[in-house]
Amino acid sequence: MATIHIEDRAHQADPKQNLLHACLSLGLNLPYFCWHPAMGSVGACRQCAIKQFKDEKDTRGRIVMACMTAAAEGTRISIQDPEAVAFRAGIIEGMMINHPHDCPVCDEGGHCHLQDMTVMTGHDYRRYSFLKRTFRNQYLGPLVNHEMNRCIQCYRCVRFYREYAGGRDFDVFGLRDQVYFGRQTDGVLENEFSGNLVEVCPTGVFTDKTLKQHYTRKWDMQMAPSVCVHCGLGCNTTPGERYGKLRQIVTRYNREVNGYFLCDRGRYGYEFVNSRQRIRQPHVVRDKNKASITKAEAVQHLASLVVRGSKVIGIGSPRASLESNFVLRTLVGADRFYAGVDDHQYRLVLIMLDILRTGPCRSLSLREVELSDAVLILGEDVTNVAPIMALNLRQSVRQQPMQASDKSHIPRWDDHAVREALQDAKGPLFIASPGATRLDDVAMRTYHAAPDDIARLGFAIAHALDKASPTVPDLPENLRALADEIAQALKKAQRPLVISGPSCNNEAVIQAAANVARALYAAGSPAGLCFTVPECNSFGLALLGATPLSQAFLAVREGAADTTMILENDLYRRAPTQLVDAFLSRSRHVIVLDHLRNQTAEKATLALPASTFAEADGTLVSSEGRAQRSYQIFAPEGDIQASWQWLLDAMAAAGRPEGAIWKHLEDVIAAMATEISALAQVRRVAPPAPFRMAGEKIPRQPGRYSGRTAMLANISVHEPKPPDDPDTPLSFSMEGTPDQPPGALIPFFWSPGWNSIQATNFYQTEIAGPLRGGDPGVRLIEPEPQVQGAYFAKVPSLFVPSSSQWLLIPLYHIFGSEELSFFAPGVAELTPKPYVALNAEEADRLGVKVGEQIKMEIAGTAYSLPAKIKVELPLGIAGLPVGLSGLEGITLPITSVLEREDKLPLA
Amino acid sequence: MEKPLTKNIPSNGDGPLLLAAYESAGGYESVRRALQTTPATITDLVTKAKLRGRGGAGFSTGMKWSFVPMGKDAPRPKYLLANADEMEPGTFKDRLLLEGDPHQLIEGMIVAAYAIQADIAYIFLRAEYTLAAKRLSRAIAEAYEKHYLGRNILGSGYSLEIYLHISAGRYMCGEETGLLNALEGKRANPRSKPPFPQVSGLWGKPTIVQNVETLCNLPHIVNNGPNWFQNLSHTADGGTKLYGASGKVKRPGLWELPMGTTIREILEEHAGGMRDGVKLRGLLPGGASTDFLTEQHLDVRMDFQEVQKAGSRLGTGTMIVLDDQTCPVGMVWNLERFFAQESCGWCTPCWSGLNWAERILRAMEEGRGQAGDLEKLEFQTKFNAPGHTFCALAPGAMEPLQSALKYFHADFEQHIREHRCPWR
Repeated sequence: MATIHIEDRAHQADPKQNLLHACLSLGLNLPYFCWHPAMGSVGACRQCAIKQFKDEKDTRGRIVMACMTAAAEGTRISIQDPEAVAFRAGIIEGMMINHPHDCPVCDEGGHCHLQDMTVMTGHDYRRYSFLKRTFRNQYLGPLVNHEMNRCIQCYRCVRFYREYAGGRDFDVFGLRDQVYFGRQTDGVLENEFSGNLVEVCPTGVFTDKTLKQHYTRKWDMQMAPSVCVHCGLGCNTTPGERYGKLRQIVTRYNREVNGYFLCDRGRYGYEFVNSRQRIRQPHVVRDKNKASITKAEAVQHLASLVVRGSKVIGIGSPRASLESNFVLRTLVGADRFYAGVDDHQYRLVLIMLDILRTGPCRSLSLREVELSDAVLILGEDVTNVAPIMALNLRQSVRQQPMQASDKSHIPRWDDHAVREALQDAKGPLFIASPGATRLDDVAMRTYHAAPDDIARLGFAIAHALDKASPTVPDLPENLRALADEIAQALKKAQRPLVISGPSCNNEAVIQAAANVARALYAAGSPAGLCFTVPECNSFGLALLGATPLSQAFLAVREGAADTTMILENDLYRRAPTQLVDAFLSRSRHVIVLDHLRNQTAEKATLALPASTFAEADGTLVSSEGRAQRSYQIFAPEGDIQASWQWLLDAMAAAGRPEGAIWKHLEDVIAAMATEISALAQVRRVAPPAPFRMAGEKIPRQPGRYSGRTAMLANISVHEPKPPDDPDTPLSFSMEGTPDQPPGALIPFFWSPGWNSIQATNFYQTEIAGPLRGGDPGVRLIEPEPQVQGAYFAKVPSLFVPSSSQWLLIPLYHIFGSEELSFFAPGVAELTPKPYVALNAEEADRLGVKVGEQIKMEIAGTAYSLPAKIKVELPLGIAGLPVGLSGLEGITLPITSVLEREDKLPLA
Repeated sequence: MEKPLTKNIPSNGDGPLLLAAYESAGGYESVRRALQTTPATITDLVTKAKLRGRGGAGFSTGMKWSFVPMGKDAPRPKYLLANADEMEPGTFKDRLLLEGDPHQLIEGMIVAAYAIQADIAYIFLRAEYTLAAKRLSRAIAEAYEKHYLGRNILGSGYSLEIYLHISAGRYMCGEETGLLNALEGKRANPRSKPPFPQVSGLWGKPTIVQNVETLCNLPHIVNNGPNWFQNLSHTADGGTKLYGASGKVKRPGLWELPMGTTIREILEEHAGGMRDGVKLRGLLPGGASTDFLTEQHLDVRMDFQEVQKAGSRLGTGTMIVLDDQTCPVGMVWNLERFFAQESCGWCTPCWSGLNWAERILRAMEEGRGQAGDLEKLEFQTKFNAPGHTFCALAPGAMEPLQSALKYFHADFEQHIREHRCPWR
């Protein structure tokens, strides 16, 4: 630590950091624009100007930029120096020359960093008497709005988009005070992290286009700490609600998980909560007639079905909370609780779980992924399956090259100097996947092959690292050389990482990854092992323990069960249509608790409107094994309530003992922690319901939340009591503690004078460091030292392309492959139409051109899909997009004949 | 007096010496000498000669080179760049050298490259200098043919490739770090220093960027030694200097004279004094981004220190002369319009302030000046001071403005008071 002097007072600072970082970490109000905690300093905006003095005798000093000056030992500075103060006000004045007087109509107002810095510097009078420059705005897609007149030329957007996120279709144009940030021509932004522009931009140039459709000021939103439900990473979010409608998602900082960013699926998928497809009313089907019933009737009906004991089975969900799953499991009994997941996928999740528990390598947090200095990906298209992990991998390839710029004494925060020194140098990232991935551009080597061949490469790498691991027979020389190269790179690294997952639906790929990690460990290396999981609670469901789905089908087929309870799941996405049809029609009672009308819900004999993540509390376990609590944002209207609440109500009505004992969420969590040893730590995930701060709850609404009494005046002029929240320390009110809550309970980031997301600075122990009190979440899965593992020994044989059939493998899309986000109009708009992908040679062989129809038969169903060329797909392989309309429920890989669909002759 | 820089340049407008004639006149002798000694010896020579950079900053050339990492562990390849992007308004000295004696530049570049053990050299040439481009291309080809360039130069074991790069435009490309970015194919935004180009320059490798005139001095220093070079000058800074004058003088032009020649001598003797009917009002001694000097400064010696003491900068040494029949406000407006347009848009005080200053000046010229305008202009000159901005463009732009406000305050006031330009 270094001692620096600010206004003649001594403070401690990190000498590896710059003065802006130091001042903000100390809680001082020093304005800035172009510096970003994740992207470092460039010194462009000149807003953070301070005075620096040579020594105690120097009274004049000189103006320097805090962000570009190291916090070296003995540094003497002043923030309050009148010249520095005047200079900073002058910078705002310069920006205001062209800035439109848009505040009242600008979406950014109320959470605008430019507003905050303007007030902070004290500039308030316009001296400029000339006209402002204006621009034509561009259409950038359904997610991000463009309003260039507001630009202050801080360059953050292009730095994030191009330098941080690797995007190519957005850049800086123009000169002087007419610099333009946009695309060469109008068009949808291609980068999967483009939504971060709306937070990275300190003004209203880039704003959330979906929020615009139902605009609400930040101070008018009710917010709570939440967790994204659209993939397995568990990124932390802050959703905002007003009038019973979810308005937006913004990033919630968690240093260990997603840091400062979200992917576009997580940011924009929320609109499913507001969808017209929501089930809002319980209904029953009697004699083929659907009838709406009241909540009380629904509970009674459910209770009556539940008491039937062993004839009732429950199907749990990988996208429902631990609590909902656990109550269902309790209700039906552990041996009648099934996994609502494709059998093979579930098996793979269990294998991955077992590998992580056996060890010796542990899963890494996303922050640790970013710090890895050599990475091997086996079988995963990370950008489309675990997007923020891909964003962090893009940063990780800078780790090794940065050792060189360190040697030149270029501080890491000097962003452009580091990038200049690094040029295109990249550390080792090796990607083995069936098709090309969006990370390929930063990979050192890519290997595109069939899943079995990917596994073989993995086994070969493990063998190259440790001869004790199984050999790979018939390995071609070039692959042996590749395996050696990868092994060497992983072994030489200080923080190597192996990534795999169930995306290929291939057990051997996962086992190969485990072998590589084990081999690295045996070689003395602290390797990490990360698995992706398909959904937000895939691991959670597996930790609860469930029986494979096919057993449920069997139970109903054999008449052992006749009442099926389906929790938040569309079984038509889990199994072939015929099987699900048969299963549901054979069940006498089909009870569905879900948010949205889907094919399964249509077959329900009793449908109950289940709360989405925004309308209920719950705990999810991420692919890291991190249990995190997601809090209810608002009390849902009408009869919607949490699935666990429905089930508890039914148990109470049915006279089950848990129904009497489990009054609140806390009781459920306590019981779950007691009964399931793997979940023992879930009580520590967040402070329990009785937690108070100086006797007060934590308000979900900012102090300036308006309209509370007017909101319902059209219904009744009598002011209602705000809804109670007995389940958490949060309140549905603006009343409560003004102090900063512990990390897991932060409903929104705000600090005096800092209304924008930059207020996050003041919740951290130091800038870009952990939240005060710790980052949210508790890791549940660690290697158990007493368990002795072994290498997996089943090495698959070489994939031989068939001359008559193709192996259909899954291809993933950030927009479209996930069930819930697809209900958001913006996401649906960006979702590709279903297709089948081939490499060019295969397309020629079939005599098919791009766009022409190919027919195939999968599990008894015929499909006809337009052809698409993916040049890197191996021979004998065709790719089908996962989860797209019409293709749900297909279990891949599967072999099929492909034929060109002959066009019907014109009459 | 000796005129090493211009001795080969025909004054009748003929083309430059081709290689054979250049060699007969003693050309490439310094390369032979340099290759027989060590790089450190060359650097030492140049330092002792007190050669200061002729691009405008006047930094000690030898000292600049001393920061380049040397030895077998130095990062490679190393680069030597000739900054031929002469775009400072009023400056045309490098053009004379490029068009008049291109081999001299190449010879100087080889010497410099050898001293820092550079592997690759670029000439970054202003696009408008089309004649220079043709002549340089031919000279480079000739030099390659005679093994002064390429692999194993003259059997010495030292190799150097030279490429001629034509700029795509913009004043900022003449700024050292803007040049580096432009050469890399990026926007000509500047870079922060440290790290200096000697450590992380072109493509992140050790690089020296040197002005054309500076490089042209090197063959003569190597051939004649540092004492000779110092003796050419009138003052502490060594060598001769290409001085120029433009404006309403009788003979605008360029002259090679001892460093430290007085303003008076350049103006009255060589440029012939002011044209009939006009009187001297003031002058920018070293191009547009230097402070005005006036008739009280005529005896100031044109070297780096002396001009600085008088309150201005030597800059490029090509002076722009203001006469009493030309509106000073209009002149400054013209300059600020240039600077405002050339702002790259990276740092706030420059892109916002130069634009503002230019608009105020235009308004003033067009009779729309207002009370408070002078305070706003004064504010900009302090706001865009060195250190406040990211690079030196804006502080340079403020120099003519701040000095015009000082020396021609009454003219500015008159524009505002009378709501017109009295010269129009």
